[in-house]
Amino acid sequence: MNTPAAPLVEARGLVKHFPVRRGLLRRTVGWVRAVDGVSLEVREGETLALVGESGCGKTTLGRMLAGLAAPTQGIVKLGGEDLSAAPRGRLRRLRRDLQIIFQDPFGSLNPRWTVEAIVGEGLVNLGVASAERRDRIALALRKVGLDPQRHLARYPHEFSGGQRQRIGIARALVVHPRFVVCDEVVSSLDVSVRAQILNLLLDLQAESGHAYLFISHDLSVVRHIADRVAVMYLGRIVEEGPARAICEAPHHPYTRALLEAAPAVHPRERKERRPLGDDLPSPLAPPPGCRFHTRCSFRMDRCSLEEPPPLDVAPGHASRCFLPAEPGGTPQAQQERGGSHSP
Amino acid sequence: MAPPDRPRLAPLLSVRGLRVSFPEGGKRANVVDDVSFDVNEGETLALVGESGSGKTVTALSLLGLLPRPAGRVESGQALFQGRDLLALRGAALRSVRGGEIAMIFQDPNTALNPVTAVGSQIAEAVRAHGKVSRKAARSHAVELLRRVRMPDPEVRARAYPHELSGGMKQRALIAMAIAGEPRLLIADEPTTALDATVQAQVLGLLRDLQSTLGMALLIITHDMGVVAELADRVAVLYAGRIVETGPAAAVFDRPLHPYTAGLFASLPRLHTPRQHLPVIPGDVPGPHALPLGCRFRGRCHLEAPACAERDPPLVEAGPARRSACPRALERAARGVALPAHADSPEALGRA
Repeated sequence: MNTPAAPLVEARGLVKHFPVRRGLLRRTVGWVRAVDGVSLEVREGETLALVGESGCGKTTLGRMLAGLAAPTQGIVKLGGEDLSAAPRGRLRRLRRDLQIIFQDPFGSLNPRWTVEAIVGEGLVNLGVASAERRDRIALALRKVGLDPQRHLARYPHEFSGGQRQRIGIARALVVHPRFVVCDEVVSSLDVSVRAQILNLLLDLQAESGHAYLFISHDLSVVRHIADRVAVMYLGRIVEEGPARAICEAPHHPYTRALLEAAPAVHPRERKERRPLGDDLPSPLAPPPGCRFHTRCSFRMDRCSLEEPPPLDVAPGHASRCFLPAEPGGTPQAQQERGGSHSP
Repeated sequence: MAPPDRPRLAPLLSVRGLRVSFPEGGKRANVVDDVSFDVNEGETLALVGESGSGKTVTALSLLGLLPRPAGRVESGQALFQGRDLLALRGAALRSVRGGEIAMIFQDPNTALNPVTAVGSQIAEAVRAHGKVSRKAARSHAVELLRRVRMPDPEVRARAYPHELSGGMKQRALIAMAIAGEPRLLIADEPTTALDATVQAQVLGLLRDLQSTLGMALLIITHDMGVVAELADRVAVLYAGRIVETGPAAAVFDRPLHPYTAGLFASLPRLHTPRQHLPVIPGDVPGPHALPLGCRFRGRCHLEAPACAERDPPLVEAGPARRSACPRALERAARGVALPAHADSPEALGRA
């Protein structure tokens, strides 16, 4: 869909460790390895989805890419410039290109501010004059489907969840960013409103050409919005590839387990599932070798000894798994698609 | 002739004309308005709806758990094995609640006591429903944990809630709920707070427990995936009213209300590419801002002037089915399907 171009956002060897403190002296007794060596690229105008379950590190990774959290190790580059090396004034300019929209449309808007103040905050910080500011706020609100006349002077509590999420989107886009991190932006919305917001995000991107990092736990949502998908497990990206390949011909056993866990779309398609054994291991002490080997039904001896590097299974599709790639996708994935899903 | 959706046996639970009000802008508004449904022995009924549909308030009112004095049952009946649940008070209510009817909630984190080991909490539930010794209750608690497939049940029984994952906490709560061997288990969004892989496990567990224990399930959910996995029958709620009921497979194949059809159409699916989703325009109206006539007016693509005249009642619409949309029923009579979801071959065939 997108022609290959120089990456807009580039992350190399990103690591974020959080200290675990215990006792009276708050001594550090361990480190949560939330993000543990991630490299990825987001190209101009594309949507990369980051998928994983709670605790996999996807939100922490998103915050580092948006410049809201400093990595313990590694670098984030925006348009070739290293964020951590940029001088303060330059960083302020770069920050304008990086925006984030949060999951919770209730907690992420200041309840004492009017919509005008919320959406205009970024413009104030950039020193935009008040007349231009007013025009740009009104335009941003109209773009997200709100009426400036009626809504500018109102407060967040006067809006529904979907409308609040629209305000959050207007706030992020009013400064014309090139890269927008969407952190579970539709998870707390009702089904009918969720579709509206997904469509809006697609439309705004078509119009403005910004790139998205779309963080979600829901692969079916991701399929609708992403060009490419990266699957995260215990601080690492275990599989990355085109959205269609990830959803229809996944390679990594964890991705397959996620897809298999997706609920049926029709009562006649109920299936017995092989449950994924055990719970997520602690991110304080991830298993040696492949991080997924403790729960993997395809485990081999070497999996507990060495960690597989990202191996190409198809063009633009890499998986951290020693299993051989099978042309045309995995037999299992094809079986799942059988019957009513034949093209 | 008896209506075809009436089972031969009396239903386990029969709710008729339930109205529940909450204060809203100085007045009281009915957030549940004339809701009627049956749950038969051993079956799974899903009450489906978005926020503000009244699905949770319906469930809470059955168990006398409405927040007081805000929530008030205005009228209606809920017959459970011959007794009206809405008229029960005090000890009589408590003996039903947690005994013959149990409930599990969305958020397992707030439903467990953080300072007591989970085994003790389950043992307490066991002792509340039968005269057993402390020791027997403890070992029964471990047995219940095994039944809900808790890994290492003896060890987990001694654990405190914060030492368990979200999935394990929900298992512990399910163990507690089945301690009284309920005839009916009410589950309010039982998997919404859980991760995908854990959600699949808990849905499988609920399905297995239901068939081994022979209990009926009333699932309250907004998630069509949960409905597809569990429900025998579906009742779709919109703004405090049931707009459509029927066997789950039939409703998925061929929804008979534009709201249900819109919900199905707006679901993202794994096998459809990057594209716009069909949407239901607008927002769910609050109880103070309901349109006159049909409550779905303003968001409906089948809307006609007559829809403003009255709120259409739920009427027979084929085998075991009911719909509150005369316009959808007219179309069904002419053999024209509402746009259903694209994956269903039946829907494609009829469209």
